[in-house]
Amino acid sequence: MKELERVGLPTVHVCTIVPISQTVGANRIVPSVAIPHPLGDPTKPLEEEKAIRRRLLLKALEALQADIEEQTIFGN
Amino acid sequence: MTYRVVHYINQFFAGIGGEERADYPPELREGVVGPGQALQAALGEEAVVVATLVCGDDYFAEHAEEAVDKIIGLLESYRPDALVAGPAFNAGRYGMACGALCDAVSKKLCIPVVTAMYPENPAVEIYRKDLYIVETSDSARGMRDAIPKMARLILKQLNGEPLGRPEEEGYIERGIRVNIFRDRIGAERAVDMLIKKLKGEDFATEYPMPSFDRVPPAPAIQNIREAKIALVTSGGIVPKGNPDRIEASSATKYGEYSIAGLENLTPETHETVHGGYDPTYANDDPDRVLPLDVARELEKEGAFGSLHDKYYATVGNGTPVAYAKKFGEEIAKKLKEADVDGVILTST
Repeated sequence: MKELERVGLPTVHVCTIVPISQTVGANRIVPSVAIPHPLGDPTKPLEEEKAIRRRLLLKALEALQADIEEQTIFGN
Repeated sequence: MTYRVVHYINQFFAGIGGEERADYPPELREGVVGPGQALQAALGEEAVVVATLVCGDDYFAEHAEEAVDKIIGLLESYRPDALVAGPAFNAGRYGMACGALCDAVSKKLCIPVVTAMYPENPAVEIYRKDLYIVETSDSARGMRDAIPKMARLILKQLNGEPLGRPEEEGYIERGIRVNIFRDRIGAERAVDMLIKKLKGEDFATEYPMPSFDRVPPAPAIQNIREAKIALVTSGGIVPKGNPDRIEASSATKYGEYSIAGLENLTPETHETVHGGYDPTYANDDPDRVLPLDVARELEKEGAFGSLHDKYYATVGNGTPVAYAKKFGEEIAKKLKEADVDGVILTST
């Protein structure tokens, strides 16, 4: 993550344990659903799951377009 | 018996000269030279500094292997019982020389060694796991503090006495865990620590977290509609059968896989090899970790320019930072070469 950003590639970390992401130094963070299924929710019907996934990916794209100076969490 | 100690110093501490004499080749002198006097005083009657090895910092840096061989050759005739090197404080080349020499002598001559440096000396990162390195200040002003600690550490090793914890003995933590008995259980100690923290009082953690470096944020994507986006994951999503045999934990490699023409990840095509979370949900639908299906939909809708036709995956489960860094550097290079503009990295 940091190596990608180091060469100038904006990188968004979509992950569930935000404190770890912060500790290791991700600059753009999108909090996700759960550790074993960060971009899905098996308790929901497929269409609803895909809607969650879409929301997270749109958030990730928003994070990649954000001009930031420091570590930023792109929550709901 | 009196132990025979040899002391290693650079051209500067030997009084030969500064940078202009840094090419000085290895030389062995009888008895103490420079800081060796203080070392002899600290060793007392138990050990005698029989000789001092002197070598220029540049000479050592430029001919490291040759210098080590030469010095070991010189050392053997003195039959030393131990080697003390430095202190090197924050001098990088001197630190590397002390570290390399101590490491080689301890392995080849099988005798105790000790050196001393400032914690940010680059040699510390390389040698601290293998050597006892006394922590010093960043300059020779710390000589008076460092020498007695070095003497005590070398004498303890020579006498076969157990060494205490890093903070008791003054050496830089080597990353060795030792079991000890405490009279109060962990929960009680943790609550005490929390109360002290809430009161703003000093407290000592029992498990210091490693410190990580920081990278300034990369510039934002300006035109998302033309941007090429890549997917990367530490969640272990690989083509079914794990062709690169990426390990379930402590991964030593990452994989590069094509998603050209692929619309969706299914249990038939992909699976997770991550050993650090319940794989049921990811195996049932790998898009839950590597969101290819929705990424393709968004690509078609024009939410971003295009999806890079390869994705990268490893298993982030006890992966050493050094490996993760290496994977990152290599992946970054490949993505740059492929003109990728931004990355979505998913973790479990």
